[in-house]
Amino acid sequence: MSDITDTGPVIAADGTPLKRSLARALRRQKIRALMLIAPLLLFVLLTFIMPIGDMLFRSVENNIVMDTLPKTVVALQDWDPDSGEPPSEAVYAALAADLKVAVEAKRHTRLGTRLNYELTGISSLFRKSGRQIKKWDLAQDAPFKAKFIDMNDGWAKIAVWRTIKTYSPKYTNGYFLNSIDMQKGTDGAEARPENQQIYITLFKRTMFMSMVITISCIILAYPVAWILANLPARTSNMLMILVLLPFWTSLLVRTSAWKVMLQQQGVINETLVWLGLVADDARLVMINNQFGTIVAMTHILLPFMILPMYSVMQTIQPTYLRAAKSLGATNWTAFWRVYFPQSIPGIGAGSILVFILSIGYYITPELVGGTKGVFISNRIAFHISSSLNWGLAAALGAILLAVVLVLYWAYDKIVGIDNVKLG
Amino acid sequence: MLGMFTSSDKRRANLPDFTNGETLLADGANSAAFVEFERVQKSYDGENLVVKDLNLSMPKGEFLTMLGPSGSGKTTCLMMLAGFETATHGDIRLGGTSINNIPPHKRGIGMVFQNYALFPHMTIAENLSFPLEVRKIGKSDREKKVMRALDMVEMGAFGGRRPSQLSGGQQQRIALARALVFEPELVLMDEPLGALDKQLREKMQFEITHLSHRLGITVVYVTHDQTEALTMSDRVAVFEDGRIQQLAPPDKLYEEPQNSFVAQFIGENNTLEGTVKEIKGETCLVQLDNGDLIDAKPINVSQAGERTRVSIRPERVEYNKDRMPEGAHTLKAEVMEFIYMGDIFRTRLKVAGKDDFFVKTRNAPDQVRLKPGQQIEIGWLAEDCRALDA
Repeated sequence: MSDITDTGPVIAADGTPLKRSLARALRRQKIRALMLIAPLLLFVLLTFIMPIGDMLFRSVENNIVMDTLPKTVVALQDWDPDSGEPPSEAVYAALAADLKVAVEAKRHTRLGTRLNYELTGISSLFRKSGRQIKKWDLAQDAPFKAKFIDMNDGWAKIAVWRTIKTYSPKYTNGYFLNSIDMQKGTDGAEARPENQQIYITLFKRTMFMSMVITISCIILAYPVAWILANLPARTSNMLMILVLLPFWTSLLVRTSAWKVMLQQQGVINETLVWLGLVADDARLVMINNQFGTIVAMTHILLPFMILPMYSVMQTIQPTYLRAAKSLGATNWTAFWRVYFPQSIPGIGAGSILVFILSIGYYITPELVGGTKGVFISNRIAFHISSSLNWGLAAALGAILLAVVLVLYWAYDKIVGIDNVKLG
Repeated sequence: MLGMFTSSDKRRANLPDFTNGETLLADGANSAAFVEFERVQKSYDGENLVVKDLNLSMPKGEFLTMLGPSGSGKTTCLMMLAGFETATHGDIRLGGTSINNIPPHKRGIGMVFQNYALFPHMTIAENLSFPLEVRKIGKSDREKKVMRALDMVEMGAFGGRRPSQLSGGQQQRIALARALVFEPELVLMDEPLGALDKQLREKMQFEITHLSHRLGITVVYVTHDQTEALTMSDRVAVFEDGRIQQLAPPDKLYEEPQNSFVAQFIGENNTLEGTVKEIKGETCLVQLDNGDLIDAKPINVSQAGERTRVSIRPERVEYNKDRMPEGAHTLKAEVMEFIYMGDIFRTRLKVAGKDDFFVKTRNAPDQVRLKPGQQIEIGWLAEDCRALDA
């Protein structure tokens, strides 16, 4: 052991500072612990963190213009888009040189696709021009300005050149602006035309519907969790199977079951018509809209609310309620003042889980959401697999991730993350 | 709170002297029964009775302990009184009115739970304020009463803390204060000291007893710790098998157990088995299984020939010939073990073929210290040796 002196740090028996010798003693343990989790860490790094990082990076990455048209980009630096005149001959010459190389490598169409996201029509301009330029001879065919404009009058348009110049830097915020219904205009960011605005609406709808789903889950799950927590263990274990049953059924099957239930020729409508509660020609529209999405998703996400609630409620001893009653509280007061506050950590945990799961949900809204009930994730999927605008998909995903983190932070500030119990 | 103290002190003054429980029983008419159980039965499954025919009557201001092994029905009785369990049969009365159909929150009974049941999400002051709030008492009154109750248990400085920030003993005090803050006339305590260490438990035993006597409240206390029962109570009800085996003040319970169970359960006890030879008024002659004869006081035996179990307390056994009562039958004994315990000596003897017979003697200058292997004779006053049921 060591003596504690007023003058210096505590010294261990062999003369080294106690802190260092403690760290050395713990190092072995730490290394061993690290080695135990190393396979998982590596797996997560390779299959989760890196792909996500790469994807998020695509939301700002914009190498393609610089790489495909390096000379043109340099030449364009002197051109002022506000002059109202197309660029000078030097720029066209540079473009011809760049395109000649690009066409040979078959990269010009990719650039066209990229720039087409910003200005419709550029894609075909590049594709068509590519075929012609193949035949050009750079040494003899000058001057190129007239040749370009003669080939396709798109090359005389200021807008085309402005787009190339605007998106020439290596990094761009264009995708992010696009995800919030804005675009790069002449004077920085500006709102898109109204008929092109879609993402803000989708974000708002995703938030709103996730909130509705979370609240319905709370309302439905609370009594169930309460019963499960207060029944004898044998009965509650059996009922727990009913709660877990959805987990063992395919998500697609469950969603399709809701289709069967909710559609206009479905079980509910048929029953209502048969009972005479609804006229045959006025069947309820319960699917391919927000209602369908909310119903199906509430059902699918319900276990994620019940389980954390149940595990928290199980720890609340029944003596608290008895104590409250013995102190003069009615059943309701005892519940509201004593039981409910203690169950809030479960509600919090369930809500975070359900909310975060639902704002990123994809399959169910896709199947039962129609056009009015789709989420932002459906749009992301569209850009990933159909329009192939991965940059925009990445930007939308990044915003979604940021929203989740902000909500998590806000929750921590308001309720305190320490109050969350998942089990 | 102040009003409560004065009025209850008066109430207390009217009560008979609790040092002698017998007068209490005799003066039953003087102080009307406050809590009454009449022919109460309780079954949980419809097959077994947990409480069988319970009859109990206690006056205002009494400290009554229900003592018994676990599963003897004592906690069930307490829960029926509190209103958390309903009696399957019989009547429970409080202040003369039946409370069978009154829900717990309207009974106005204070309760201290085994694990305190302090609300973890409220501060100490909020915990104490809770029963006053649900009674719709004004804020300033509430604060005054809470402060008084906290001062009463010497926890005045802890109002702003959370229960988890207090030690077990402190939580216990708060639980007590919370059960008293709304000035109930009857307070129930369900093994409140079970979770405390020995030293703290003894301290709290005194505090609870003093407080309850000072406030003049009626207390029903449940415990399985006999020391606790003996030191704290005015009367003790010993439970076993759903029945009260004996209801008596602590001294009577210890010195005059009515049956073998009580004799065994309360304190240390030596048991010898035998057959009653003859009964002569206040004494009887018992022949032990090895043929030896001893004197005993007949309690649960009525005629010669009956099997009996005689019970004698270790501190009432005498082996010093000079102090042996005259004409007493003596037994031969062999010293097996001498245990020095500081204030007392414990000597294990082999008597009538059994080697678990203990003798307790005070550590005094003239006391004989026995040695293992020594052959001695032991005896006792006939009235200290009780012939109980076999």
